Amino acid sequence: MKVLEKIRSLEDLRRIKEQSKDLTAARSGGKTRIIVGMGTCGIAAGAREVMTVILEELDKKGLKEVAVETTGCIGMCQKEPLVDVIRPGEPRITYGDVGPDDVVRIITEHLVNGRIVEDKVIGQTD
Amino acid sequence: MALYRAHVLVCKGTGCTASGSGAVFDALKKELEHRGLDKEVMLVETGCHGMCEMGPIVVVYPEGAFYCKVTAEDVPEIVEEHLYKGRIVQRLLYTTHDEKKEKIPHYRDIPFYGKQLRIALKNCGYINPDNIEEYIARDGYQALAKALLEMTPEETLLSVKNSGLRGRGGAGFPTGKKWEFARMAPGDKKYIICNADEGDPGAFMDRSVLEGDPHCVVEGMLIGAYVIGADEGYIYCRAEYPLAIKRLKNAIAQAEEMGLIGDNIMGTDFCFHLHIKEGAGAFVCGEETALMASIEGKRGMPKPRPPFPANSGLWGKPTNINNVETWANIPQIVLKGSEWYSSVGTETSKGTKIFALTGKVNNTGLVEVPMGMTIREIIFDIGGGIPNGKKFKAVQLGGPSGGCLPEHLLDTPVDYESINATGAIMGSGGMVVTDEDTCIVDFAKFFLTFVQNESCGKCPFCRIGTKRMLEILERICDGKGRIEDLDLLEELAQKVKDGSLCALGGTAPNPVLTTLKYFRDEYIAHIVDRKCPAKVCTALIHYTIDPEKCIGCTKCARQCPVNAISGEIKKPHLIDQDTCIKCGQCMAVCPVKAISVE
Repeated sequence: MKVLEKIRSLEDLRRIKEQSKDLTAARSGGKTRIIVGMGTCGIAAGAREVMTVILEELDKKGLKEVAVETTGCIGMCQKEPLVDVIRPGEPRITYGDVGPDDVVRIITEHLVNGRIVEDKVIGQTD
Repeated sequence: MALYRAHVLVCKGTGCTASGSGAVFDALKKELEHRGLDKEVMLVETGCHGMCEMGPIVVVYPEGAFYCKVTAEDVPEIVEEHLYKGRIVQRLLYTTHDEKKEKIPHYRDIPFYGKQLRIALKNCGYINPDNIEEYIARDGYQALAKALLEMTPEETLLSVKNSGLRGRGGAGFPTGKKWEFARMAPGDKKYIICNADEGDPGAFMDRSVLEGDPHCVVEGMLIGAYVIGADEGYIYCRAEYPLAIKRLKNAIAQAEEMGLIGDNIMGTDFCFHLHIKEGAGAFVCGEETALMASIEGKRGMPKPRPPFPANSGLWGKPTNINNVETWANIPQIVLKGSEWYSSVGTETSKGTKIFALTGKVNNTGLVEVPMGMTIREIIFDIGGGIPNGKKFKAVQLGGPSGGCLPEHLLDTPVDYESINATGAIMGSGGMVVTDEDTCIVDFAKFFLTFVQNESCGKCPFCRIGTKRMLEILERICDGKGRIEDLDLLEELAQKVKDGSLCALGGTAPNPVLTTLKYFRDEYIAHIVDRKCPAKVCTALIHYTIDPEKCIGCTKCARQCPVNAISGEIKKPHLIDQDTCIKCGQCMAVCPVKAISVE
């Protein structure tokens, strides 16, 4: 069992709250979402690996307010792995043929800075 | 700390544990490890979600998919389909009770939750009650910090006073005023008590709060202690609530470890120590003076008031006692302000109230609604109405101390004054619904039997008066009632009310009085016509076989546990009324509906 830290001031409490945020962050809605296609086609094309890299990258960058979801086949199997990014209030951007190397770019450019990675985009829906 | 993309919340409240959530949790743990998902999917134990009818409940985030009646056998499918491939398992979703039978994927879209407003239950079913950090992540202990570091005790008291919060244990006394009495009382040693001796049949509000979010009660008590100047507190919880006690003990230990309970809390002069006292489950110990006697190691019996606990309570010291739900509201009042809190509810009853909805209702469970919502909305919109297309008959509010209300009072809003005007009481929040198959005399008898058993025996009217009342009800159910019994019941009821020291005796006759008021016809049917309209009282009903319809299949005769049915094969059968115990099993098995009950 983990040793709990003493709270001696308001700053301590705020810091612990900040550290604990990701304990429950995944349970609240209304934030940026990344959706990975995990149908048989996606898995066969390497979606699992993509997923692992996404989680590692988010962790590395300390991005706690992002919901990572999986979804089934949407019919565009030849473009798998498919990764969708939805920033609150912006259209849903679908990226195709996403490899582990593209993940870093998508997260840094699109997720953090709001610039869509045009060369990987295959669709946009509102 | 690793990042988890999905959270799987398994309800480990008492309701879901009883329906097997332990096995579901273990199966999920195994399956996630087996699939290699345990590093990216977090498995969390939570308290009650309120929808106990549908348990075991599993909620999967970020989608917020709400799975009902999950078994260990369903687990591989949930893990493979939902968590691995992202396809929500449709067959396990909540289905509406109406004819549309819609599947509802999202937690927030289920009608049961749509009309609720969760303040005291904010974290119940959402956080792991055994992890203080999850509580802190959801603003936990922020209210304590605000009170201790930014507000004086007077300002904190004013906030509670202005919020309009009234005691949720049943009587509805203004909480701020109660705190002020204890604060003003002279004395250097003061106590704070949490009354968790919830004992009404069909009530489980306090248990669910303690199991699902123990820290909010602890934080509320800390704030209360700061206001009145207490340095020690007790939570009096019945030993029949083992899970609540386990979670409370853990919560207190974690808060102590973090320095939130103990000496010089958050670097201030404020010191507070908290103990749990396990009660033996006597109903009378929910009465504050009896409760304090029990903590002192004495027999749990009420004392006359005054002196009130605020001046002379536990061990003769000024003491403030509130119930679980009252304490649970405090942190949010202090954090969000009294104006926010008093914007919810009615003119005289502010905030929300938790109800334990049970009996003949589709969605039994725990609901929290703004004060002022009508009873009809709670039973029909949130509770989903009466099962199997039966007709609503009555609802018992406030447990054995409360009253039984008929259909024409369903539009009564839930606030202290409106409920009291009907003869029932708000009580701690039990809401037992009955349908047309319930005999109202038998129902009143049930509650009276309960208080009769639980009377501590101190006051003669409560001890003997309720016994005599019970005998009269038994006589009526046995078909030996006399018409003058009704007046006698009312006279006795008034005397028991007047002649009892505490609320147990003072409210014990309420079920009888309200049923006499609203369902007098049914009493008269028992006495004058010697009939039980709901066909429940065995002395007043008999089963007969229609010789025209009977095909002589012998099924009933073989089913009868006392061999009261005779007859040859393929010839009409006959029930011997003297032997028949009126269990009704013959009627249930008859393939041609030849047996009827009158």
